[in-house]
Amino acid sequence: MIHYNKFTLDNGLRVVVHEDHTTPMAVVNVLYDVGARDEDPERTGFAHLFEHLMFGGSVNIPDYDEPLQMAGGENNAFTTNDLTNYYIQLPAENIETAFWLESDRMLSLAFGEKSLDVQRKVVCEEFKEHYINKPYGDVWHKMRELAYSTHPYRWMTIGRELAHIETASLQDVQAFFFKYYRPVNAILVVGGNVTTTQVKMLAEKWFGDIPSGEKYVRHLPQEPAQTAPHKLEVKAGVPLDALYKCYHIYPRMDKRYYAADLISDILGGGSSSRLHHVLVKEKKLFSNIECYHFGSVDAGLLTIEGKLVKGVKMKDAEKAVQEELNKLQQTVIPERELQKVKNRVESMLAFEDMSLLNRANNLAFYELLGDASLMNTEFDNYDAVTTANIHEEAGIIFNENNSNTIYYYADNHI
Amino acid sequence: MNRKIAPAIKDAVEFDIKLKPYEKFTLDNGIPVYVIKSDEQDTLQLELVFSAGSWYEQENMVAAATNFLMKNGSSRHSALEINESIEYYGAYLNRNSYHENATYTLHCLTRHAGDLLPLLQEVIQDPAFSAEELAIYQQNMKQRLAVNLQKCDFVANRYIDRYLFGEFHPYGRVSSMEAYDALQPESLRAFYHKHYTYSNCKIFLAGHLPENMLELLNRYFGSTRWNEGGHLLRPELPIQTADERKHRIFNDENGVQGAVRVARHFPNRYHPDFPKMLVLNTILGGYFGSRLMSNIREEKGYTYGIHSQLYNFRQISALNIHTEAGRDVCEATIEEIYKELLRLQNEPVPAEELSLVRNYMIGSILGDLDGAFHLIQRWKSLILNDLDENYFYNNINVIKTITAEELQHLAKQYLSPAEFYELVVI
Repeated sequence: MIHYNKFTLDNGLRVVVHEDHTTPMAVVNVLYDVGARDEDPERTGFAHLFEHLMFGGSVNIPDYDEPLQMAGGENNAFTTNDLTNYYIQLPAENIETAFWLESDRMLSLAFGEKSLDVQRKVVCEEFKEHYINKPYGDVWHKMRELAYSTHPYRWMTIGRELAHIETASLQDVQAFFFKYYRPVNAILVVGGNVTTTQVKMLAEKWFGDIPSGEKYVRHLPQEPAQTAPHKLEVKAGVPLDALYKCYHIYPRMDKRYYAADLISDILGGGSSSRLHHVLVKEKKLFSNIECYHFGSVDAGLLTIEGKLVKGVKMKDAEKAVQEELNKLQQTVIPERELQKVKNRVESMLAFEDMSLLNRANNLAFYELLGDASLMNTEFDNYDAVTTANIHEEAGIIFNENNSNTIYYYADNHI
Repeated sequence: MNRKIAPAIKDAVEFDIKLKPYEKFTLDNGIPVYVIKSDEQDTLQLELVFSAGSWYEQENMVAAATNFLMKNGSSRHSALEINESIEYYGAYLNRNSYHENATYTLHCLTRHAGDLLPLLQEVIQDPAFSAEELAIYQQNMKQRLAVNLQKCDFVANRYIDRYLFGEFHPYGRVSSMEAYDALQPESLRAFYHKHYTYSNCKIFLAGHLPENMLELLNRYFGSTRWNEGGHLLRPELPIQTADERKHRIFNDENGVQGAVRVARHFPNRYHPDFPKMLVLNTILGGYFGSRLMSNIREEKGYTYGIHSQLYNFRQISALNIHTEAGRDVCEATIEEIYKELLRLQNEPVPAEELSLVRNYMIGSILGDLDGAFHLIQRWKSLILNDLDENYFYNNINVIKTITAEELQHLAKQYLSPAEFYELVVI
């Protein structure tokens, strides 16, 4: 049970306080309700580029990192397709430094040409490091375009192409900031060795006078139900053939999401999971195979990805995967197997909650989903799933017409 | 309120950092158990550490393969049966093999510990090393290696360690297709029996423990002299360094980035310069505001990130500067790295920067000591290196008191560009 208090400032900034007096540290987490899904299709990668620019100095403070490090603090941030999250960890005694820094960059950025110029280059190197200069690095770029025809999950957070980042202008940056980075679109979570009274006082003091901004109301094009299988063949200079299969699942707040999540564990969670056991150990068709999804807010993709053992034919590998999916569709799984994946989730949630930073991140995320209290009832949602639910959802999800397949061939097959 | 003025802060030197002591127990057969209890959560972590790293192997990759395959089947149960039983309780059993030590670490909910310990006992004391499991391991590791060999950073890490320590020394030796092919069940079994013994084992335990935890540990790990054998000797292994210091390697003709490494030897942690170098290394490339990061990422945009690190190896350490940079700016990156080394030699670190680094390092240590799992890691690293809390407090004291003159002296002694190995892998 994670305890917290919650209040909203007059300008609409939501504040969640999680007191933990067993630690000398504090965490300040600011989540902005904007991610890559909110981007213009012709200017992708912007939310993430923007995250970099948030460290380039704000209206009253020329350097963000220096004063924080001086206060014994560390910080980082991440951008997903759904949201942008910034966090600071520092000794609780110095917590006001975090309020000062975060409130000033919510007030306004410095918007320097130099910072934009450098961060464009840095992000381009990040793009190269993770997506171009790595074997199989382009697969998610291709898979998103294959699986989504309409929804902005069509592109990755890093952006569709380098050119979109290279041509971002200072004007774009300013417009983006004043549209999304407003108190009314943000959630502040403060955790650790603090009191709610203290946080209330500091939040009023530092964030209270920031203009509220206009609430961003999201109208994203929704992905229509897929009606035919999508397939793509790729040949590239990689050493091994690889198979990727993706199936549309449910939005994060849909009750059926939990069954889909447990299905991914049944197939790919741990060494006793079905795909690993049957396809890697018994049939020896894959050298590794995984099943996962990203837990995205809008409907995401259940993904199976594996590298084929040299000499195995793609067709045989795919058939064997399909057989495992068919088994889930045809036969109700044993109660013990369902209990196993539930126990896995229970334990994963318990270990996640050990870290103050995770607790603060998660409180912000659940508040974004609707209410921080959802964090405390999350396991009940998993616990309520039955073997019949798994059977039913496997039948729906693994419908051939819902499938997106990439055959990623090593070049020597050409 | 003036937003241009920073709120008052408490300075690092004022933080009184205390390393919470551990409790120590000894099992009936003599295995030491180091414990940090904390009842705030319902989880625990149990780690068994053996002197069974690559330092002790006669054939390449035997230590790592032994460590990995212990979990894949016992004389009584298959790999699937063992994994299913562990995973049924939502537990994670991870294994790792390093240069010196090899470990098995169990993470679980407190209430499942009693059910999991007999399984852990089976994994540790009764592994089968079947030929079939080994064959699967060999094939899959070779495939993974083939993929990794396409990555410039992976390849660069292999070469730089080879230049520093020599290809026959455990610090410089790397995996290879031939080494995987040469593995035999008999050599794994022999390595296992010699190194995974009660007398070569230490246990580190943290979190919320069931009341009868010690009784359980004694029952499964303390009541017999399992795998009893001779006394284990740590062999002396001299390093062999490369003569040529500058290397350029083309691994992928279409590569859009190069992996840059600039590295040199450094004395190990027992040398008085080691804690001082931890501070100098932080200034150079050990945090986001470091010299290298400010210049090469934040000023020039050559890379997504650049870092320097001090290896924590036991026999001898090294200082390693590493980054992936745009293909056409790799040489410029190396030039800038040398400029930063020379700047540390020629100019004293300004008072404000030194004060910032002190505060950053102390804040970061404070965060690292948060919670039982973190504390036991800190103690483990001291205990396995035959050190105690005085070493820890001395390091803190060095961070708080080292002067700009001492740092400059240290830079003159250790940061001369001519003494570094440099490597670019594209």
